[in-house]
Amino acid sequence: MSVVIDHRPGKQTNPDPVKPRRDPAPSRLKYRLERMWLKPLYRRTLRVGLPAFLIAMVAGIWLSDEDRRAILKDGVTSVVTQIQSREEFQVHSMTIEGASPVVERAVQGMLPVDLPASSFDINLPALRIQVMQLDAVESIDLRVKPGGVLSAVVKERVPAILWRRTRGIEILDRGGHRVASVTSREVRPELPLISGDGADLVTEEALNLFDAAGPILPRVRGLVRRSERRWDLVLDHGQTIMLPAKGAVVALEAAIALDRAEDLLARDITTVDLRDPSRPVMRLGLDARNTIRDARSLPVLGPDGNPVDDKT
Amino acid sequence: MADLYQTQRAMRNMRRAALQRGVIGILDIGTSKIACLVLRFDGTGTFRETDGVGPMAGQVNFRVIGAASTRSRGMRRGQIETMAETERAIRTVVAAAQKLAGVRIDHVIACLSGGSPSSYGLAGEIDLAAGKVAEHDVAQVLAACEAPDFGRGREVLHAQPVNFAVDNRSSLADPRDHVGNKLFCDMHVLTVDGDVMGNLVQCIRRCDLELAGIASAPYASARASLVEDEQELGAACIDFGGGGTGVSIFIKKHMIFSDHVPIGGNLITQDIAQGLRVPLPVAERLKTVSGGVEATGQDDREMIDVGGNTGDWETDRRSVSRADVIGVMRPRVEEILENAREVLDAAGFDYMPSQQIVLTGGGSQIPGLDGLAARILGPNIRCGRPLRIDGLAHELTDPSFSSAVGLSLFAAHPQDEWWDFEMPADNYPGRSFRRAYRWFKNNW
Repeated sequence: MSVVIDHRPGKQTNPDPVKPRRDPAPSRLKYRLERMWLKPLYRRTLRVGLPAFLIAMVAGIWLSDEDRRAILKDGVTSVVTQIQSREEFQVHSMTIEGASPVVERAVQGMLPVDLPASSFDINLPALRIQVMQLDAVESIDLRVKPGGVLSAVVKERVPAILWRRTRGIEILDRGGHRVASVTSREVRPELPLISGDGADLVTEEALNLFDAAGPILPRVRGLVRRSERRWDLVLDHGQTIMLPAKGAVVALEAAIALDRAEDLLARDITTVDLRDPSRPVMRLGLDARNTIRDARSLPVLGPDGNPVDDKT
Repeated sequence: MADLYQTQRAMRNMRRAALQRGVIGILDIGTSKIACLVLRFDGTGTFRETDGVGPMAGQVNFRVIGAASTRSRGMRRGQIETMAETERAIRTVVAAAQKLAGVRIDHVIACLSGGSPSSYGLAGEIDLAAGKVAEHDVAQVLAACEAPDFGRGREVLHAQPVNFAVDNRSSLADPRDHVGNKLFCDMHVLTVDGDVMGNLVQCIRRCDLELAGIASAPYASARASLVEDEQELGAACIDFGGGGTGVSIFIKKHMIFSDHVPIGGNLITQDIAQGLRVPLPVAERLKTVSGGVEATGQDDREMIDVGGNTGDWETDRRSVSRADVIGVMRPRVEEILENAREVLDAAGFDYMPSQQIVLTGGGSQIPGLDGLAARILGPNIRCGRPLRIDGLAHELTDPSFSSAVGLSLFAAHPQDEWWDFEMPADNYPGRSFRRAYRWFKNNW
């Protein structure tokens, strides 16, 4: 295809103006600027310092006005509220699992009742700490489940032992933590009874002793903590087995073995003193002592432990 | 010579400052190309055996982090002809190298190829009053070298002590603490035209660069391309440049002679352009792509289109055979080699213990040059490539960059020059405090 060339004056176009060859050398100014740019200080100032300063200055100027600050604050708050009050974040119902009816009522009273609420407004750790103040609750697993359900999985403390103290009788769990109070021993006859100061600190040992008491368990009335140091096993008929501070279980087993061999506890013995396990000591009852004194023709002892004067 | 001493010492201090900063630039301003290397000095032991660079010649304490080369402008015969053009070329190459390196260079070491260098061997002797050579005796014997009249406007570029002798014990590298009565020294002095050097310095100054050292181009390329044995046993290095051919002779690791033949590769290009009537760029291309010095039968059949832009069909469709190109090139190459031979003869190279000759520079890449040179210069010829230095790109390792590499070595490990020694006390201006201090230091 041929190109029509217009030869009229003033209509000619110069198709290929001769361009001057570009000088590859940088101009003196460009060279100097490049070298300045390669100075680390300039570079850092221009690339980090200047933008940071500009942003800070613009933000500062904009925020210097009270109204603008209020608008910004309101805007942020409304956006946050809007998001938090979305249907997806609402908690509609609550489930409590693993709790007895009494505990369930108590937990329900503690957890927020004003449902539906946003899950952002429910402070689960605070609620958990609040519920954990209930003695009957060992642990609680609080979580917001999908579908807007506040689920509380409660693990209750298992009553293991009764502790008689001045203020009344309390139920303890295996670890010695209070579970509840009872008004009398007969409410929970199946639980063993301990008493004495500091007995709740060593419930584990007390339970072991009750386990070891096996054959004489029907006769056992309870364990008494002495001086927060050692146990006395109190049997019926006023008999007591005094156990050492260390190795109480072994000592009790030795006493039971002695009972089996010698029928010890069926005799008139008020106290079996095993505080020194290598040297068991028996304290005889009044009748037994009077029998011996009688045989030795000594004056018999009265119920107060003093010899009865025959003359009076 | 005191002001020369001061300027050279100032350059040495500048070099020390640059090494402390860790970055120094190398500027090889040639007639056909300008190369700039950016060296980073980052302690010793940075070389990695896996890169294939061993701890060669102890030059492991620096690394090339940026390198660029560009066509030279405004230069002729190794000298600056148009200052502004050369300045632009320097700016181009320095900007490119800086961009590659990512750091700014403030100090450069440059080399001077032209300036009609002439070398002198000077000898000096002093009596040792103490019967032992002390530090200041070395400086004194160097100052005692009787300098001939170098001529008007000549500047000393190198003044290297080559040899020391105490009484009859010669070829001492370090005469200090030798016992004797007389101390002799031989010094090699290379002078160049002061104005040529001043132009170069001015050009570099105008590019906002500080000059941290200046070396002669034949010296630099010999340091890069002669291996250690050749420098020790004696060898000549012939640097085929664009504007001229540099000749330098080394023995015992010292340059003892240097000269410059003002015929170079550009003249070959000019011959081709004139002989085959082609433009200079085409002639340059013919020279580099299909140049040679030995024509064979194959070359007669190998036709090369030279083209043209004249508009004349006949002229634009010309083609020449490779043999034609070789026929034009060979006489000029022979002339260069014969001139180099004359220079070597004048220097007494025949009496050297070793007749090794190393060809380097861009012109040494002409195929068959070593065969031709062996006929003219002597049997022991090899084409030398510069020493490999850490971080230099492969395309910058060909012989035309040997003076740039040599300048890097010069920057890293400069040889002792006269101005590296303390100036003797009597050369200080009278009644100077330093003079008194020096006198006390030397005599107590």
